[in-house]
Amino acid sequence: MFKKILIANRGEIACRVIKTARRMGIATVAIYSDADRNALHVRMADEAIHIGPSPANQSYIVIDKVMQAVRDSGAEAVHPGYGFLSENRRFAEALEAEGVAFIGPPAGAIEAMGDKITSKKLAKEAGVSTVPGHMGLIADADEAAKIASEIGYPVMIKASAGGGGKGMRIAWNDEEAREGFQASKNEAASSFGDDRIFIEKFVTQPRHIEIQVLADSHGNTLWLNERECSIQRRNQKVIEEAPSPFLDAATRKAMGEQSCALARAVNYASAGTVEFIVDGDRNFYFLEMNTRLQVEHPVTELITGIDLVEQMIRVAAGEKLSLTQEDIGINGWAIESRLYAEDPYRNFLPSIGRLSRYRPPQEFATPEAVVRNDTGVYEGGEISMYYDPMIAKLCTWAPDRAAAIDGMRVALDTFEVEGIGHNLPFLSAVMDHPRFVSGDISTAFIDEEYPDGFQGATLAPELLSRVAAAASAMYFVTEVRRARISGRMDNHERHVGADWVVALDGQEMPVTVHADKAGSNVTFADGRTIRVESDWRPGQSLARLQVDGTPLVMKVGKQPNGFRLRLRGADLKVRVLSPRRAELSRLMPEKLPPDTSRMLICPMPGLVVSLAVAEGDEVQEGQALCTVEAMKMENTLRAERRGVVKKINATAGQSLAVDEVIMEFE
Amino acid sequence: MDILQELEDRRATARLGGGEKRIAAQHARGKLTARERIELLLDDGSFEEFDMFVAHRCTDFGMQDSRPPGDGVVTGWGTVNGRMVYVFSQDFTVFGGSLSETHAQKICKIMDMAMQNGAPVIGLNDSGGARIQEGVASLAGYAEVFQRNIMASGVVPQISVIMGPCAGGAVYSPAMTDFIFMVRDSSYMFVTGPDVVKTVTNEVVTAEELGGAATHTRKSSVADAAFENDVEALTEVRRLIDFLPVNNRTKPPVRPFFDDPNRTEPSLDTLIPDNPNQPYDMKELIGKLADEGDFYELQADFAKNILTGFIRLEGSTVGVVANQPLVLAGCLDIDSSRKAARFVRFCDAFEIPILTLVDVPGFLPGTSQEYGGVIKHGAKLLFAYGEATVPKVTVITRKAYGGAYDVMASKHLRGDFNYAWPTAQIAVMGAKGATEILYRSELGDPEKIAQRTKDYEDRFANPFVAAEKGFIDEVIQPHSTRKRVCRAFASLRGKSLTNPWKKHDNIPL
Repeated sequence: MFKKILIANRGEIACRVIKTARRMGIATVAIYSDADRNALHVRMADEAIHIGPSPANQSYIVIDKVMQAVRDSGAEAVHPGYGFLSENRRFAEALEAEGVAFIGPPAGAIEAMGDKITSKKLAKEAGVSTVPGHMGLIADADEAAKIASEIGYPVMIKASAGGGGKGMRIAWNDEEAREGFQASKNEAASSFGDDRIFIEKFVTQPRHIEIQVLADSHGNTLWLNERECSIQRRNQKVIEEAPSPFLDAATRKAMGEQSCALARAVNYASAGTVEFIVDGDRNFYFLEMNTRLQVEHPVTELITGIDLVEQMIRVAAGEKLSLTQEDIGINGWAIESRLYAEDPYRNFLPSIGRLSRYRPPQEFATPEAVVRNDTGVYEGGEISMYYDPMIAKLCTWAPDRAAAIDGMRVALDTFEVEGIGHNLPFLSAVMDHPRFVSGDISTAFIDEEYPDGFQGATLAPELLSRVAAAASAMYFVTEVRRARISGRMDNHERHVGADWVVALDGQEMPVTVHADKAGSNVTFADGRTIRVESDWRPGQSLARLQVDGTPLVMKVGKQPNGFRLRLRGADLKVRVLSPRRAELSRLMPEKLPPDTSRMLICPMPGLVVSLAVAEGDEVQEGQALCTVEAMKMENTLRAERRGVVKKINATAGQSLAVDEVIMEFE
Repeated sequence: MDILQELEDRRATARLGGGEKRIAAQHARGKLTARERIELLLDDGSFEEFDMFVAHRCTDFGMQDSRPPGDGVVTGWGTVNGRMVYVFSQDFTVFGGSLSETHAQKICKIMDMAMQNGAPVIGLNDSGGARIQEGVASLAGYAEVFQRNIMASGVVPQISVIMGPCAGGAVYSPAMTDFIFMVRDSSYMFVTGPDVVKTVTNEVVTAEELGGAATHTRKSSVADAAFENDVEALTEVRRLIDFLPVNNRTKPPVRPFFDDPNRTEPSLDTLIPDNPNQPYDMKELIGKLADEGDFYELQADFAKNILTGFIRLEGSTVGVVANQPLVLAGCLDIDSSRKAARFVRFCDAFEIPILTLVDVPGFLPGTSQEYGGVIKHGAKLLFAYGEATVPKVTVITRKAYGGAYDVMASKHLRGDFNYAWPTAQIAVMGAKGATEILYRSELGDPEKIAQRTKDYEDRFANPFVAAEKGFIDEVIQPHSTRKRVCRAFASLRGKSLTNPWKKHDNIPL
């Protein structure tokens, strides 16, 4: 076994690899860029080597620099993680040339699977189901219809040179195929100057389901079941689970065996993933093979009990797999939520900055439940603009799917992240979404269910009542504490009353709070009483309560006459008022937020790259006004309506904070 | 029996103020009545009213025909979380809340009692101004109140909440109180209104622009905070009172607390960015030091390069003054010096210990500063710190350059505990500036200058030179700051320090 390995990556995956290596008694070497000087993976590794400036293309993906670090450290093997150099054939070859083991598949397999067309061809040859289609030239509309009916409707008619939906049609019958062919051909000719058209099966209700394979260099290949990754936003996976709620044993086995066949065909040796698209009738079609450790590998580990990183290291060291296919089972259910530094309320724009608070839920593993959090950040760390915005992967496991989802709900509510925008509320909302809960999902889930973006979850009336009960019990405790301040007039102390009105989510609920030593009984107007117990004390930012015996976890913030409570994807301003205060509050005017329609507001912290307009310019709706760079992304901000630029407050090169006014319109 | 009925009737009349129609009009403006406001300010059922039946004595301009009981102001005392306060609340439904001789007498009565019994005075202002029909008698009334404001200053806390108009001479009573709060969109304060402004200077300006909450919290700094509506404003006044001692002879209040004084905050070890020119948010440090992260910030929208407000440590009130590197690099200038100086003097007057968090690159240079008298304004803060005898604990997080180092509660100004983080740089100025002066002749040689700059940095870009001289009592780890500061203040609970006798000092006003 290796004595020392280098991890050619950063963030959570570097930390993840270090953990297993440490458990195996292997010394670890981290590499880091300028921006990662204080990063968690650097703190965790036994050694750390600086390899250059912050941008990845000047550090983490520069083969020469990584090779130099390998030489300097004397590492015997390199784990590439995912992304960066993990699927770079030249890197694998460079290591091979110096006799350093690559903890990944052979260079040949990387190359074979690296090209979409070659990989599809190889897959077909290996007997893997691929999307039926016709790649050759199609003479006319009649031939198109003939080919389409052979493939089976619905079909997608696509321009070879296409992109952005141009020259693309979906046909459900011969007539539509004829029309679609002609229309696509015309559009392709005018848009791309290339009217070649091809036809392939259009997959309805598509799900993204992938098979984890594991192979050694002695000819043993295993499949470790599937992962369902259908919850995606713009091809970015958000929530994954294993097993899939959709597959049956036969389909699973067929997918697994075909995946192994493909792995064998390219002499695969390491962990790898074969991705499939699966339709509503459980037909599955090969998409691509990822020749690396996958981001979402923990869910597979949780249901199989296999440490994939350990297996990769052993295979790279030349060991034979000690497992056989019979050893691989499915134990329980695992779900992974990816925590992204992206603001769901601002259309998931990247958010950067200092993590002023970062308290993940406590990790644990019992026979009933597991909480695992793979993270690459820490409280007080910095989320920089240079790398992937994913900062943690929160996984829960339980004997069944419903319990795993329940565990995830609590874990997400317990997760405290402040200082940056993040998608925790969105993840919580999905966990409560009936379609997700029922398992009726597809890759279009987010587009279909959140077509206008995410505005926060709405809580069910029953949950709102529980929140109201909790809030009033908590507020009562807060007021009692306030009434115990020193310097009171003896015998004329304030008596904290029992009657309150909870105002939340646009409604008012009168309650009576009766506190005892262990908790409070909160009685509503209809006579219903809810019991609230908690060790929460005023000022604590997280409240774990038992409400009528079931757990309720909320993040608690400050707010006049009450709390800001965040739970289950909702962000509530809750006021708890004495009846008289509630009565007088009703007299207060509704105030509308200031009119920002005449301003261009910076939606994220970033750097002004350029301004496309000048003061006095007339702009049209949709016209580019300004480019702001954040998280290596250049975001073009556009005019929402026609107008004249009155004043520009920003200059190119200036750093802006969220909500800074970039320009004003007349 | 008759007399009891008459009492009931008179009370009912008094409680109705200007009558139901005017009350409805008041509500329609988004404002509560004088009595409703008192209800929200005080603990339930704790209000004891004075002078409910006082009526004016004016006989001019037909005033004798209308003598509503109470005369446009409700006065009395009650409790806030069981602690006594005096309150007056002007009633806009009665003669527009205008101030008559008797109206003033009612206010003066409770101010005198507050002084005698050692309790804060809270004024809820909602008044059209002087009762013009009474002429000079009304002006005399104002002056009587002014004189009491002056005498009460530094004896009992005085809080003004502007909840409607407050114009002309009337502004000078709130102006002399310790804190002024305003309600957004329904309150304004000015010496002369838009009409007079237009006549005299030809400026066209709305009442809101001239003296609304935004103007006074951002531009003029007359107001300490603004709130969304009457209910929120009065809630926040109650919260403020929980921080304040009732008079200058008692210690600040202590509240039961649930936050461990020994709590460590590892994330503070990375608060200071690697790049010395990169800002960070000082509020994060305040939040992590304070009990329960609770910071009652004052003047949040004015001179944002310095932060002022109250926190609690181990349940006891502490005043915080902190440079804010996010704004103007946290430098001192005219506005920030004035803002902090007034706050320091309030704390000193009422025995509230002061915590100073320092990251200051110096005073802001420029003609506007010099012409504006930054010398005298900066001296206010220096003076305030130097004369303060309350416990003073200072933590230098990063820069403490030049005269600003001296000003910010340095050891030399009788600081009790002067701590520095390892990232502290205590020097006359930044290394670059220093080398450019010291090695002017070598400026043409960038290599030499770079070396000189590095030498200067190595020598001064740390807390040790100051620590060797005893100007820094100890270099502390950022993560243990809460614990260290709590212990420091705990050790100072018995502090006794007096300044030499004088009639009063001569602070550079």
